[in-house]
Amino acid sequence: MSESTRRDFLVKAAQGTALAATGGLVWWFLLQNQARATPFAIRPPGAGTEAEFNALCIKCGLCLPACPYGTLKLAAAGESIPIGTPYFLPRDVPCYMCPDIPCKVACPTGALDPELTDIHQASMGLAVIDIESCLSWQGLRCEVCHRDCPVTNKAITVVHHPRKTSKHAVFVPLVHSEHCTGCGICEKVCPTDVPAIRIVQADLVQGKMGAHYRLGWTIDTPITQEFVPAQEAGPVRPGVDTTGAGVDYLND
Amino acid sequence: MPATLGGKLRVWRFLMARRAVQAGLLLLFFGSLHWGWNLFGRPLLVGNYSASEVLGLVPLADPFAVLQTVLTGYFPTTEVLVGAGLILLFYGVVGGRTWCAWVCPMNLVTDAAAWLRKRIKVRDLVNVTRNVRYGVLALTLVLSALAGVAAFEWVSPISMLHRELLFGAGIGWAAVLGVFLFDVLVLRDGWCGHLCPLGAFYAVLGERTAQVRVAFVDERCSRCGECVRVCPEPQVLNFKKAAEAGMVASGECINCGSCIPVCPEDALRFDWRHRIVAARRAGDPGLEKSQVPPQRRVA
Repeated sequence: MSESTRRDFLVKAAQGTALAATGGLVWWFLLQNQARATPFAIRPPGAGTEAEFNALCIKCGLCLPACPYGTLKLAAAGESIPIGTPYFLPRDVPCYMCPDIPCKVACPTGALDPELTDIHQASMGLAVIDIESCLSWQGLRCEVCHRDCPVTNKAITVVHHPRKTSKHAVFVPLVHSEHCTGCGICEKVCPTDVPAIRIVQADLVQGKMGAHYRLGWTIDTPITQEFVPAQEAGPVRPGVDTTGAGVDYLND
Repeated sequence: MPATLGGKLRVWRFLMARRAVQAGLLLLFFGSLHWGWNLFGRPLLVGNYSASEVLGLVPLADPFAVLQTVLTGYFPTTEVLVGAGLILLFYGVVGGRTWCAWVCPMNLVTDAAAWLRKRIKVRDLVNVTRNVRYGVLALTLVLSALAGVAAFEWVSPISMLHRELLFGAGIGWAAVLGVFLFDVLVLRDGWCGHLCPLGAFYAVLGERTAQVRVAFVDERCSRCGECVRVCPEPQVLNFKKAAEAGMVASGECINCGSCIPVCPEDALRFDWRHRIVAARRAGDPGLEKSQVPPQRRVA
């Protein structure tokens, strides 16, 4: 190989690499933005985490005609939801929780988990209430969400709540995340102009207490508990024995 | 171009057959989705070109999309793997890029672009090697693994086109228009012939296994080049290679059949690879195949 052809080859290789690297970076940036941008999409039942769902969904739209209520839409290009993936807007058409989960059956890739057999185990999202616009919280006996909730008296209960300084109480809806499937019927039926109860992806609003908190006063808490240390304990002064009895003296 | 209608239809026979298959499949998808077309209550063909189901029984899936999905690290179900296997088997036999000329809806767009380009006589703005597509193919696979999503499926103008056609109402048309303008104004056969990684995937797939091939009778060919002028992948019509193999062997051939009716010497025809190979072994140049008497070479 002569000097010039070797040089040509090296230049060609460098040009190719540069082109691939530049193009690849732009493409990757696009993917990162598109696929990760929206945590707001409410997915059909059986969808896993957004990362898992976005990887497995092949954008075929087979779940759309499978749904007898026309709940599902495919995200069109340019929408704020990852392109070509199914989602639904509960205020338009909620999920009516078919016991045979036909959308999941139609899904060919497993993006809607085939292991999901009980629609009550679905977690499409979580209902959250804006107490500033909720009629019940203003003292009106609305409770429409509670009465239309398909997970009857489990996902939404009505509890009484003191009404400011008055001796009367108000009856307010309370969502229980362990039962709420995120079907969105509550959002659909809420009579306010803009729904006061809405479905959001649960991890956007849900906190986590930490295992070291002991709710000694609750009925189902065992009386004798194992000591669970705080995951992020604060700094301890040198010389203080943290293993002995002294630290947990309040519960001794 | 022949003056009579019969002659014209003869020249356009593969083109008309391709349009019928392309439009027919689109119509099947659309009718099953929107008009409830079914057979004994079973929808004919639901889904789209990424994945679909025939009569509610047979799964079909784009093997390239499934390959990307597998690379993301999340493993799909057997159903879609079977579907991809069936499609892989089909195009493995008929020739990978048969997809491009006979099924892919983007072919309607790029063929229209090629027609317009010829009419208004545009010269290429850039000069790019057709091998870029193999780079895009490699990049697709690498990015699928790195980004954790099927890289091409997220940007594919092909998918945007059929999703717009079937499910509607987005700005996916912008991407399709982009492909059209790119093909008309920037580069001849720019999308299908230079960039599309799906076409590259099918080219690799069909290289050795493809059974339906354009057979070539060297003894008849006058090297007039009519075939090369109409071919969307003209590099596959290498006369020396074709004469050696007795056919257009390259996996980049999309089996569109455009070259066959324009050949004035009737030196080209569709045939099965094994028959071509067997005929060549037996020393038969395949002259008996054509209806037109052999002509002398011009040059």
